[in-house]
Amino acid sequence: MQRSFIDRLYSGIVGALTGFGMLLLLAPTLVVVIISFTGGITLKFPPPSWSLHWYVELLQSQEIIAPALTSLKVAAAATILSAVLGGAAALGLARSRLRIARALDALFMSPMVLPAMAFGLSLLLVFNLLGIRLSAGTLVLGHTIICVPFVIRMVGASVQQLNPVLITCSLSLGASHWYTFRRITLPLIRRGIVASCFVAFLTSFDNVPVSLFLADARTEVLPIKLWAILEGSLDVRVAAVSGVIVLVTLAGLVCAEIFGGVSRQIGSR
Amino acid sequence: MTPAGTSASRQLLPVVPLAALFLAAFVLPLAALVLVSLFRDPEFSGLSLVQYLRFLSDPFSLKVLSDTLWLGAEVALATLILAYPLALVYVASGQFVRTLITFLIMLPLLTSTVVRTFAWIVILGRDGIINSAMLSLGFWQAPARLLYSWEGMVLALTQIQLPLMALPVINSLLRLDSNLTRAAEGLGASRARIFFTVVLPLTLPGAIAGWLLVFAAAATAFITQTLVGGGRIILMPSYIYQQAVGVQDWPFSAALSLIFTLAVTGVVFAIGALSRRYLRGVDAA
Repeated sequence: MQRSFIDRLYSGIVGALTGFGMLLLLAPTLVVVIISFTGGITLKFPPPSWSLHWYVELLQSQEIIAPALTSLKVAAAATILSAVLGGAAALGLARSRLRIARALDALFMSPMVLPAMAFGLSLLLVFNLLGIRLSAGTLVLGHTIICVPFVIRMVGASVQQLNPVLITCSLSLGASHWYTFRRITLPLIRRGIVASCFVAFLTSFDNVPVSLFLADARTEVLPIKLWAILEGSLDVRVAAVSGVIVLVTLAGLVCAEIFGGVSRQIGSR
Repeated sequence: MTPAGTSASRQLLPVVPLAALFLAAFVLPLAALVLVSLFRDPEFSGLSLVQYLRFLSDPFSLKVLSDTLWLGAEVALATLILAYPLALVYVASGQFVRTLITFLIMLPLLTSTVVRTFAWIVILGRDGIINSAMLSLGFWQAPARLLYSWEGMVLALTQIQLPLMALPVINSLLRLDSNLTRAAEGLGASRARIFFTVVLPLTLPGAIAGWLLVFAAAATAFITQTLVGGGRIILMPSYIYQQAVGVQDWPFSAALSLIFTLAVTGVVFAIGALSRRYLRGVDAA
């Protein structure tokens, strides 16, 4: 009797906390999507009426659309740079047992450990000391560094799973290094590359600490713009932006899932 | 087949471009950060440790640092308490519930930080969900101040960082040998006892890994701290930003950045080392 009571209490607590945890994970995203369809002029929840008013408003807000386009461009550039440079590095590092390879691996992973605010400030300082003017280019440079760790880990994991005998076979059958890379290596690590591009793009698109220091007046990015809007007032247009971001991210996830099995890659990180 | 020596160094050839980029855009800036923190004043007139002494002798600055580290610890503990039940249910469930939980964990991980933080503004605000629910149910007489409060900030960060804790805890629960729990069950232990004496100690590495991830992420979460915590709660990230961009005191903000980095990584390394020592003891026993 005693034991079954404790067991039931335990199951009850586990169940309740799980329910709360799942609600907590789901609620905010749901709330954002719901509030973006409000017909009211405040963030009152539940919305007093429904409309697409704020999406229409958003389409007419050049001061939000411009930073969004900048963010997309910067994220695309940082993704390509980090995927190409990081992917090449991951291929080189994955099977090397040299001590310098381990040291370089640690170096490439360290942006993940360092508080990004400190990195953003340090870039600002160095550009200023060297007299380099801030631009979209300097921003892409900072974002690339932040994205590289994901590429190194995910592409690196794919390369580890690659059977080296396949490459030896291809080379010994007379294929060139380039042909072997294109026809054997690349298709086999495609999943890792797609997944890391997806995560790198999101990381750059979402980055605040680095952009905060590096974005000048002409290269304003979306998260900083939204942050500035929310610090000043609780603007409902942000809800519409958020709705768009949530839907686009989900669509992107579905695409990445089809091409790369991205959830498995992130889950195993 | 090339000889081992040349092939080993040739393998590293594709690493060179990224290494060069990191040298220029990562190592060099960090060196500049250290250098700038050693200047006596914003006019860069001479080298000294005055910025660090200024931090250590200023009760306000020390309070900001300890508050920030405390916030990280609190949020990490809260996510730990929520992650274990979630992981236990995940491991005990069939494919459908597992997929559902994975989806729910991925959801906040993939929606942008500003969006997640904005959601909490909607939930915690004066006309937000919690206030309107509590008012209409008659529990509260007047709307409570949830937004711009410490508690609201901890709650929001707990949700935002929960995935970082749930993933490693689920992974280590999946690796747990189920014979051990079945043996304990067969010997008549209650489920609570099995959890606290078998499951928890054996999955502690995953829990500690998650704790450290969440600790570092919550302590450095500038956006959520400033928007949900509000202007009256000053934590290290906003302090650095204010000193660098607002006051333009670069030496002091550089010193702040380095102190903050050392404090966060110091906690991470200390707890990591302690846990390795403690967990080796568990293995030996």
